[in-house]
Order: sequence, then C-alpha cells, then structure tokens
Amino acid sequence: MDFHILGQQLVNGLALGSIYGLIAVGYTMVYGIIGMINFAHGDVYMVSAYLTAICLAILSYFGMVSPFFLIVITLIVTVFFIALYGWSIERIAYKPLRNSPRLAPLISAIGVSLVLQNYVQVSQGAKTQAVPTILPGAFRFGTETEFIQITYIQVLLIIVSFISMAVLTYIIQKTSLGRQCRAVQQDAKMSAILGINTDRIISTVFIIGAAMAGIAGVLVTMNYGSFDFSVGFITGVKAFTAAVLGGIGSLPGAMLGGIILGMSESLFSGFVNTDYKDVFAFSLLVLVLIFRPSGLLGKPLVEKV
Amino acid sequence: MNAETLATNGVVGESTPALLNVDGLTMRFGGIIALNNVSFTVQPHSITALIGPNGAGKTTVFNCVTGFYKATEGKLSLNAGGKQTDLRKVLGERFQWSDYVNPKAFGERLYYKAFGGSHRVALAGVARTFQNIRLFRELTVVENLLVAQHIHLDRNLIRGTLRTKGYRASERKALETAYHWLDVMNLTEDANRLAGELPYGNQRRLEIARAMCTEPKLICLDEPAAGLNPRETEDLSKLIRKLRDEHKVTVLLIEHDMGLVMSISEHIVVLDYGQVIACGSPKEIETNPKVLAAYLGTEAEEVVS
Amino acid sequence: MLFTNPNDPPILAALKDSLFVGLIAFLVFAPISGMVLDGYGFNSHLERPAIMAAIVFAGRFIYQFLAGTSFGKNLIAKFAASKAKPGVYVGQSDGLKYLKFILPVLFIACLILPFFLDKYWLSVATLAMIYVLLGLGLNIVVGLAGLLDLGFVAFYAVGAYTFALGSQYGIGFWTAIPLAAILAAMAGGILGFPVLRMHGDYLAIVTLGFGEIIRLILNNWMEVTGGPNGAPAPNPTFLGIEFSRTAKEGGVPYHEFFGVTYNPAAEYIFLYIVLFLVVSLMIFFFSRLRSMPMGRAWEALREDEIACRSLGLNHVMVKLSAFMMGAMTGGVAGVFFAAQQGFVNPTSFTFFESALILAIVVLGGMGSVVGVVLAALVLTILPETLRTFAEYRILIFGILMVGMMLWKPRGLIRIRRPYFSRGDSK
Repeated sequence: MDFHILGQQLVNGLALGSIYGLIAVGYTMVYGIIGMINFAHGDVYMVSAYLTAICLAILSYFGMVSPFFLIVITLIVTVFFIALYGWSIERIAYKPLRNSPRLAPLISAIGVSLVLQNYVQVSQGAKTQAVPTILPGAFRFGTETEFIQITYIQVLLIIVSFISMAVLTYIIQKTSLGRQCRAVQQDAKMSAILGINTDRIISTVFIIGAAMAGIAGVLVTMNYGSFDFSVGFITGVKAFTAAVLGGIGSLPGAMLGGIILGMSESLFSGFVNTDYKDVFAFSLLVLVLIFRPSGLLGKPLVEKV
Repeated sequence: MNAETLATNGVVGESTPALLNVDGLTMRFGGIIALNNVSFTVQPHSITALIGPNGAGKTTVFNCVTGFYKATEGKLSLNAGGKQTDLRKVLGERFQWSDYVNPKAFGERLYYKAFGGSHRVALAGVARTFQNIRLFRELTVVENLLVAQHIHLDRNLIRGTLRTKGYRASERKALETAYHWLDVMNLTEDANRLAGELPYGNQRRLEIARAMCTEPKLICLDEPAAGLNPRETEDLSKLIRKLRDEHKVTVLLIEHDMGLVMSISEHIVVLDYGQVIACGSPKEIETNPKVLAAYLGTEAEEVVS
Repeated sequence: MLFTNPNDPPILAALKDSLFVGLIAFLVFAPISGMVLDGYGFNSHLERPAIMAAIVFAGRFIYQFLAGTSFGKNLIAKFAASKAKPGVYVGQSDGLKYLKFILPVLFIACLILPFFLDKYWLSVATLAMIYVLLGLGLNIVVGLAGLLDLGFVAFYAVGAYTFALGSQYGIGFWTAIPLAAILAAMAGGILGFPVLRMHGDYLAIVTLGFGEIIRLILNNWMEVTGGPNGAPAPNPTFLGIEFSRTAKEGGVPYHEFFGVTYNPAAEYIFLYIVLFLVVSLMIFFFSRLRSMPMGRAWEALREDEIACRSLGLNHVMVKLSAFMMGAMTGGVAGVFFAAQQGFVNPTSFTFFESALILAIVVLGGMGSVVGVVLAALVLTILPETLRTFAEYRILIFGILMVGMMLWKPRGLIRIRRPYFSRGDSK
C-alpha cells in the first residue's frame, strides 16, 4: 500500500467528513427535538451552495478580490439567507403538522425537498454551476513524487467546521438557549408547562440546522467548485448516515459519524472503487441501522408502551 | 358471586402448578434498576393484583411479562394449556457463548431472534390491555375484535379474494365471536362505530374484549379502572369476576383503586421501589405494616395517576 | 406578528402583517430566482422575486382581511370543522346506487378505448395505467400498512430490468410478468426483513437509500445492465404470435395469422388491453383485501403497532407481507413499462419517480383504492395536456404534497370502512 495515497485519502476524508458532520447537525438536532427526519435538509444545503455562488458573483461584480473578505462576507450572507430558509420551511410545512399522524410531516418534508429542487432548477437552470477558485495553493508534505497535499481551502474547511461545532456545542451546553433546547428534547410537554416557548425553540433548532448546512454549503462550494440542483439529495442521505452512525440526537456523535463516514468513503473510493462509493455509504447506513440503531454515541431507545 | 365461591375458586392448594411463575425478575435501564429480584406466582383461575405506589415498577413488571421489555435477569415461565413456555426465550435473547458449541440451542436462539418477539407471548396465552388505551382508532369496533382473532382466521389471500366457502365460514365464526364479546361487554350498540369515537369507558371495555378475543389463559389488565366513575368501576369489578368465573381466564391486574383491588383479588403482590415488599391475601396486605408505610402519604398521588 | 400592535385597527394590522410576510417572501425568493448565475457572473431578474413576493403579500392580506370579517370567520370555522371530521366513515355500500351498472360500462369503455386513440394518447393511457398499478402497490405499503417507502421505484426497476435483461435468455413477456413479480417480491423481502424492525422514520431513509443503490448499480454495472445506455426490451407476443411487420425466425406476425391488414399500433393496443386487465384484477383484489384478515392486520398495524403485538400479530411478518405485496405490484408494473418503452435505462428510475408515485398515494387518500386510481390518472394525464407546465411538474407535486398534508392529510376521498352486522357472512 502506498502510504502517501492512504494519507491523501485520509486528509480528503477528514475534509469530506467534517462537511457531513456539519450537515448531520441539522438532522440530529431536528430529530432529537421533534423526532422527525427532515428530508428537505439536504436541499437546504444545496440552496446554500447556490447562495454562495450568487454571493461570490455579486461581490466580484463590485470588484472585491480579497479572499479573506470574500470568504467572510459570503459566509455571513449565506448563513443569514439559509437560516431564513430554514425558518420559513419550518413555519410553513412542519409547524402546522405538530400534532398530526406520524407520516404527515415526513411526507410534507419530501414535498418541501421536491419544491426546493425544482424551484432552484427552474430559476437557475439545470446546468452544473461553478465558482472561481478563491484561495489557490496547498501545503505539501513528503517527497517530490510521493506527497500528501492539503489545499488551503481544505484547511479552512476543517478549521471552520471545528470552530462551528465548538461554538454550537458551547451554545447547547452552556447557554440558557441551549438548556431550553435540551429540555424540549427531553420532554416537550413538560418544558412548555415550565414556561419554555417550545415553538420558538423548535424554530431555533431549524435555524441552527440550516445555518450549519449553510456553512457546509459555502465551504464545499469553495472547495469543489461545482454543483447543481441535485447535489442535496445524495449529500443529505450521507449526512443522515453520519448522524445515525454517531447516534442520532447527539452533537458530538454527528461530527464523529461524519468523520468516520467521510474517511471510510474516501478510503473506499481510493482503494476499492469510485463508482460504488455512494453504494458503500448507503450500505453502511443500512448496516448501522440493523446492527446498532442507537449509533456510536446515542442512547439506546426504550420503547414506550 | 359471594365471598365463599371466591375463596374456593381462588385459593388453590400448593400442589397445583402456578400459571405464571416470575422468579428473580430484574430490569435495568442503563444505570437505573427498575425491578430488583421480583418473584411471585399467579395461580390458575385466580385474580391477582399488583399494587404499589407510583413508580414502584408495576407496569415494568407487566411489560416484562407480556414481552414488551426484555428482562435483564430472571425467569418468566407460563404454564398454560399443558405447555410450559419460557417467556424470555421467545423474545429472541442475545446469543450466549454456550450456543456456539450447541447447534440446537444456537438454532433455537436464531429462530427466536428472527421470528420471536412479544407476539409470541400473546400466542402462548397472555393478553393485555394498556394504561393509555391502545385501540385501532380508525378501525371499527368489530374490526378491532376481528384483528384480535387474526391468528385463528383463514389468511389465505387467494381463498379470501375468491371468498370461498371455507374462508366465509372462518370469517363468520370470527364475527360471531366478536359479537359474543360485544354482548358480554355491553358494546353491541357501538359495533359499527369507529373505535376512536367511543366514550372513554366503552373504549376501556372494548380493549378488554379485544384482549379476550385472542383466547388468552392469562389476561393482564393495566389500571382498568383508571378514569372510570364509581358506577363504571362497580360494573368493571363484576365484569372481571365474570371473566374469571365464566370464561375460565386468569386475571393479573394493576390497579390504584384499593376498593376494587381489595374486593376482587384473592392474591395481592405489593411492589415498592422495584421490589416485592409483601404478598398475600387482601386481609394480610391490609394489615401489613410495610405496605402501610409504603402507602402513607401517597393518597394525593393516587388521585393524579 | 412582529410589527403589529394590539391597538391597531384590523385593516392596519392586516396590512402590517402582510407587509412583513411579503418582505420575508422577497428575501427568500430574491437570491435564487432574482440572481441567475451565468458562468462566474450573474444576471439580475429581481422582478421575479418581486412578483412572487407581491403575490404572497396580496394573498396574505386578503386572508388576513377576510379573517377579520364575519364572512371570513365563518369560512374558517367551516373549514376547521371539516378538517376535524374524521376522514373515515362506516357504511354498508359506497353510496352509489348504480355502481353495478357503472362498473361494467366503465370496464368496457376502458377496454375498447385504445381503438379510438392515436399512438401518442395510447402511450399516455398506457403510462397512466402503469401508474395506477404503481399507485395501488405503494398504497398497500404507505396507505394501508403506514410504512413510508421512498424507494418504491427500485422494485419497478427490478421488474423492468427483469424483462429487458431476461429477454437475452429467452424469457418472454408472459414469463417475465410472474418472474418479475417474484423477483421484486424477493427483493422486497430481502430488504424488508432486517429493515422492517426499525422505527418508522428510519424505514423511509433506508428505502430511499435502497432505491438509490439499485439505480447506482444499474448505472455502473456496465457488463450486465448496459449502464447508462440501458438495455433493449423485446416486443410482447401473444401465444407466440408477434406484433411486428415481419416476424423473427419461426414466428408468425399477427396480421398474417389472422389475415388482417398490418397496423403498427396493434402491439400497443394489445399491451394496453393486457395491462388494463391486470389493473382491473388488481383493483378487484385490493378492494377485497381491505376486508380480508391480511388487509385488516395492515391497517391495524398502521394504527398501533404495539397493540398488534399484544394480540399475537408478528409485526415484522405483517409489515413484510405488505412490503412484498407492494414490491410485487411494482415489479409487474415494471415489465409493462419496459415493454411499452421497448427499452430501459436508469434515468427512468430516479427518486423523482418514487416521489411521483408517493404523490399519487397522498393525493388519492391513503388507503383508498378509488382515490389512488383517480389520482394516478389525474397526475399522469394532466401534465400531458398542460405541456407548458412540464417544467413545473415536480414543483407542483411538491406543493401538492405539502398542501395535502396541511389541509387534507387523509386525501380527497373519504374512506369507507366495511359495516358488519351480526351473522354477516359476506
């Protein structure tokens, strides 16, 4: 085995995995709080990729070239707009269904997912879009012929993901908002009796989830450069796999699951077969759900009788 | 029904084998010990009550007996219809090391892992009702009772589609049984209403009727009098006696209404903090100092539950 | 709302609220529909979000304004009341007195329909029938058993590829139908057995993944499936009689056999008739199924799985039977699809296809056979007549799904439950 290839795949896997982790946050928090798989989450991520490209296009139209400002402004603008998306979607398609039969919000979520995809496709066209490289260059380790390469964007991506996760963990663990979130997750009815505005907390969770997906969207778009209206689907399922792998409902689990999935997928496509890397990820999802449905860090579910 | 017949029916000599034998039942949820070494027996054709303050673990015992929880330790055996059933084995337990050297045990374990589950407990002759009524709300009352007879029916799809003679006979018989139980439970008027539309008291009775349609040997009633008014409770106690006397079924019940418990049960098991603190006849229990201690000051809670 | 004040007169409050909603709508629509990417640059189309926001504003304003008037209040109360009513009722018959006469007439009309259609509309009608079949199949899984299967298209693909690939090994149309049914049911069984123990929502995502796995395998396994190029499917035959102008070696073309003039549409007419008979059979079967023990068990499982288990029903097996039955129907539909297209490739089996079938079930009312048939016809024929909206098809399906869940979660048709009187032997 060539160790530089292994190393390279691990580096790529780490970058990919932190992205999965960021998106998985949206699944895991929403699932934790209202027990629903937000099928539209992958498409929220897809929309954020478009927002990134649009923001970059507008900024360069006004002559902005500094990578630092391009990245920071794009991050802020995208997160703002995508949070708005997250909020509106929850408000329109999920909130009225809080007390409906179990399938209703799921079907509604699939509807939202279709709407988002087709809305983007109709507005922006079906073609693959691209953004210019903002931060060229890379660190290289190793010899002239056998080296491991980490692009600056990958470094940025990993750092930003970890900072975002750290900030989010701090919010959930230490702040009043976080305590309320955890309380609602434990027992929504009791929290409401204690005076917590559960609707507001649920909205907040959707906003946080969308914002994290937005950050992921910005970073991925800058890293890979191209995307189209259908990227949300597969990325979404994989991020969900990451959430399940780490233990649904658990924040550190989402990150851990993301990195494990990213690395194993990267190794699979590097050493086994690229064409079947999605099949690999989906099979992993099925296997985890069969053999360890509570994931790595999740608590086992006790059925309420 | 008077006290003498109760006594002769209920108190059965030591020589007859118990219908249900609970031996050293322990249940842990993570670190919490919900049940600790619970042992008791239920004699055939008796009415046995399980009482105790809130959170004592009564429903957990029920869930273990009826197969909805997999007990951590202990033995549960049912001796019904001339057949001894290990109620833990049929749920599909974890593989033991000894299984790997004993192909027969391995095969059996694998079989129960694949096809076992709480339904096996029901098939062995244990039926139950639920504390929070679980009816098929959007099915009619009759259909609820027909579903309960599912395993006795002609389920062949081709015969069913063609409505052959045999199929029609099987359906007719099931319908007769259903109407028989509706008569017993005084629900005939409601036969073709949706189960979810019935008044609360009728829903409780329907649930008992549905459990009886499975032709059980042991029926477990989880707080059958909860939410009933005094008159309905009075009717219920008559009904429970009738089930035992006329329909040859053994009753195990959880109940907070002490009047009901003391008047109908022959044997009482008292749980507190997951342990059996006393068992015996109503008289013995009434005067048991431990029981009095456990119940002192719990009057208010009883009303809430 | 954010800027409203309890002392505002109603019209001002409505105005403020609608402005706020309109503003949010503008912000949401502006970047994606207002700034169209063009290479690394963009073209501004801000008029589009402005129009959409204006529509939202106007709609919200009218709603708010009406909600303030007594007329509007009445309307809202009426709507709420209709929503609160259960979507289910118990009745002895369908309430249609003339059903006995209508059904045979409808049956014959549908049977002779292909002789009056041109080739294009015949293919639309065939496709509609295929979707009826798919809708009926998924209806068992989603509508009756309450299992959300998002990978239904996988079984459809299994059916289609069974016919297309099987033809290389001498499997004809008639063998392919039962074979596809068996293979699809087996695929459903293999997937379902481990997966159906899971909590309901996980099932949705696993089936979604499974659908995608099947598609990816069809796409990537070039040697067997032909990859993205697909595989040809042969023409259907009838008792060895072929529908082509000149038969293959040893075959007899139908026009020579019957001594009639050659009609190139004959093959499609034949396919439609066979398909229609299969669909009729399935409709008959499914409508009986609901009052059979199996169908009852499925519905009971949808209502309360724990109660089912307490009654001795093996929930995994009951779910599995629904899952396999649905898969089987999907597989049969796949054979007809392959035969009709004359060719299959993976692009026909994307998630959108699953979503379309789900939309049929949702619109038709989960569990209602008549509803699903009508919904399948509407959702396949309507887009053909409104070709200009083809681009927005999926958008409309999505809105339809959300809207149905919000306003009519039980579908447009009320579901009737059978009435059992004492001594009924049916």
